[in-house]
Amino acid sequence: MSTPKITARNVSVSYGAKQAIHDISIDVGMDHVIAFIGPSGCGKSTFLRTLNRMNDTIPSARVSGDVRLDGQDIYAAEMDVVQLRARVGMVFQKPNPFPKSVYENVAYGPRIHGLASSRGELDAIVERSLTRAGLWNEVKDRLSESGTSLSGGQQQRLCIARAIAVDPEVILMDEPCSALDPIATARIEELIHDLRGRYAIAIVTHNMQQAARVSQRTAFFHLGTLVEYGKTSDIFTNPKEERTKDYITGRYG
Amino acid sequence: MNGVVLLILTIGLGIIAWAATRMHALSFRRRSGTRASSLPHHHGWYVALWTTVPPLVFLAIWTATSPALVTDMVLKAPAAAQLPPTGFERGAILSEARALAAGQAHGAFHALSRSLTPAYDAAQTRIDWIATAIVLLLALAGGAYAYLQVRPEFSARTRIERVVLGLLLSASLIAIFTTAGIVASLLYEAGRFFSVVPITDFLFGTHWSPQSIDPRDPGASLGAVPLFWGTFFIGAIIAMAVAIPFGLMSAVYLTQYAAPRARRIMKPVLEVLAGVPTVVYGYFAALTVAPTVRQFAVAIGIDWASSESALAAGLVMGVMIIPFVSSMADDSLAAVPSSMRDGSLAMGATPSETITRVMLPAALPGVVGGVLLAVSRAIGETMIVVMAASGVATLTANPFASTTTVTRQIVDLLTGEAEFDSPKTLAAFALGLTLFIITLLLNIVALNVVKRYRETYE
Repeated sequence: MSTPKITARNVSVSYGAKQAIHDISIDVGMDHVIAFIGPSGCGKSTFLRTLNRMNDTIPSARVSGDVRLDGQDIYAAEMDVVQLRARVGMVFQKPNPFPKSVYENVAYGPRIHGLASSRGELDAIVERSLTRAGLWNEVKDRLSESGTSLSGGQQQRLCIARAIAVDPEVILMDEPCSALDPIATARIEELIHDLRGRYAIAIVTHNMQQAARVSQRTAFFHLGTLVEYGKTSDIFTNPKEERTKDYITGRYG
Repeated sequence: MNGVVLLILTIGLGIIAWAATRMHALSFRRRSGTRASSLPHHHGWYVALWTTVPPLVFLAIWTATSPALVTDMVLKAPAAAQLPPTGFERGAILSEARALAAGQAHGAFHALSRSLTPAYDAAQTRIDWIATAIVLLLALAGGAYAYLQVRPEFSARTRIERVVLGLLLSASLIAIFTTAGIVASLLYEAGRFFSVVPITDFLFGTHWSPQSIDPRDPGASLGAVPLFWGTFFIGAIIAMAVAIPFGLMSAVYLTQYAAPRARRIMKPVLEVLAGVPTVVYGYFAALTVAPTVRQFAVAIGIDWASSESALAAGLVMGVMIIPFVSSMADDSLAAVPSSMRDGSLAMGATPSETITRVMLPAALPGVVGGVLLAVSRAIGETMIVVMAASGVATLTANPFASTTTVTRQIVDLLTGEAEFDSPKTLAAFALGLTLFIITLLLNIVALNVVKRYRETYE
């Protein structure tokens, strides 16, 4: 495995008095997709949100441990959250396009970060992002329509296009298909395949088949701890831990 | 026996009916052992209502009609033959006799009224006995009818429910009818005004001086344009220039930045501002703000600045409106799904970028609706402008000059000595009607804007 993009060591998060995750150490690399699986409330989403400091938006959340992006401590005082989130993008559980046009949704990030110096450049970024998100052909004639008028699956791909428009290095996906039907889900999964290699991708999912289909590494969380972490093929065919085995065979969760 | 006694009697009968029926229902409930659809007190209420409502309806009608019946009977008395056939004196004698009979007067101007007093006494006594008999009859008949229906399987509960429905319906109808009545009286009085003054003179005339009306052409000095301009200038421009930025920014702070603790303290404090009586704002404007504004104006070289400037009234009105704008903006910002905010923050936007580029545009229709409602409140506001604005109508856009408003003029026109059918007083109703139409339209537009916005999220 090449040098990991993100290294997380001994990460713990608590909300007030309640500890949500405990002592998690995981690497996210460019050459693979990593899936975080586990029953509800196991802390997998909380961990994902530590990787771009989205837990900062929750006043009671306290994060300890060490998270590095390309060796740089993202919780250091001199770390600029604006820069960090431009490099580590995020796609949420429920599609959340802004109530703006399709074009403006994708152009939002580039405008904020000043990535385009002319309208032509911005057009090019929007087209490239939508193309990579596999949405360009469906929306190229509807760029001025509201992003919220698209179907659920299209909205989620729009959110992915929005995330990749700022040219991030890492994309975090928090159960991106849980609000979608199977066909839309399949399209997102294909898209994850296409995006692999260009971005480091971490995906939280409830769906174990999905984890098996899209990821090369899998981390199994349970009750706020990391139970097992390794190659997806190993986790699903030959788990070392009894709890992992029970979970993936549907004994609980 | 007078109306109050009958009223107490009826209510007493109702209480007895309630208690008796309840006892009865309790006893058959215990005996039958089956589950009745109604509780004993439902039966009690059912019979009590049947006992009291018919007599109460009768009493309401009776109170209105019985004086006329008494007078009719008195006029048939022999002494009444000496009454003058018509006119003022006849009425005076009759009311004097009535007062003597009721024991409210001790002496009489007319000898005749003294001789009519026994007739009044007799008539009143007869009428009272008739009323008492009818009340008792209605109460007993209604009570008996209802009591006979009370059986274990009788569903008094659903009937009570229907009564409750009727009560609630009539309560809301009363509000609607009152509104309709107000509109009708406004329309009627304004109609009288417009039969004297052409509507175009009123709506488009630029000269307003009701103190010096030329009887041959009243319309020439009743042009309302300066008033509506003044209202708009103070209420919609100056006040909103204060209320929109401060209200919006405080809403943004409270919803997006404030720690839960700060919000818990600051939000109620801000709402206290909405509870300050407008009179208090009024003297704050007149005694504190207006002199300060004038001093400021003089200091920067405008020595003719009025001490009743539009600016002073508008500024204070703006402060008064802040809580309205802020709480509407607060609501609509809170209605924007938090996933929008997270989405924007996750793109690397700062909180202020998130607010100006995502949250406010998403909440804009709600904010606009709130602002329109605030405007309609501001232009209907009276007390501040009565105390702080001028009474002289000038058509000016200078905030240091004195201007007047529609509400201020209505107060001026209707207070003081004036006959109630001169164009001058009737103009108040025309002003009121126009103001009412404007605020009504503003409210309709505002509510529509807010409604359309909700449809996009749900």
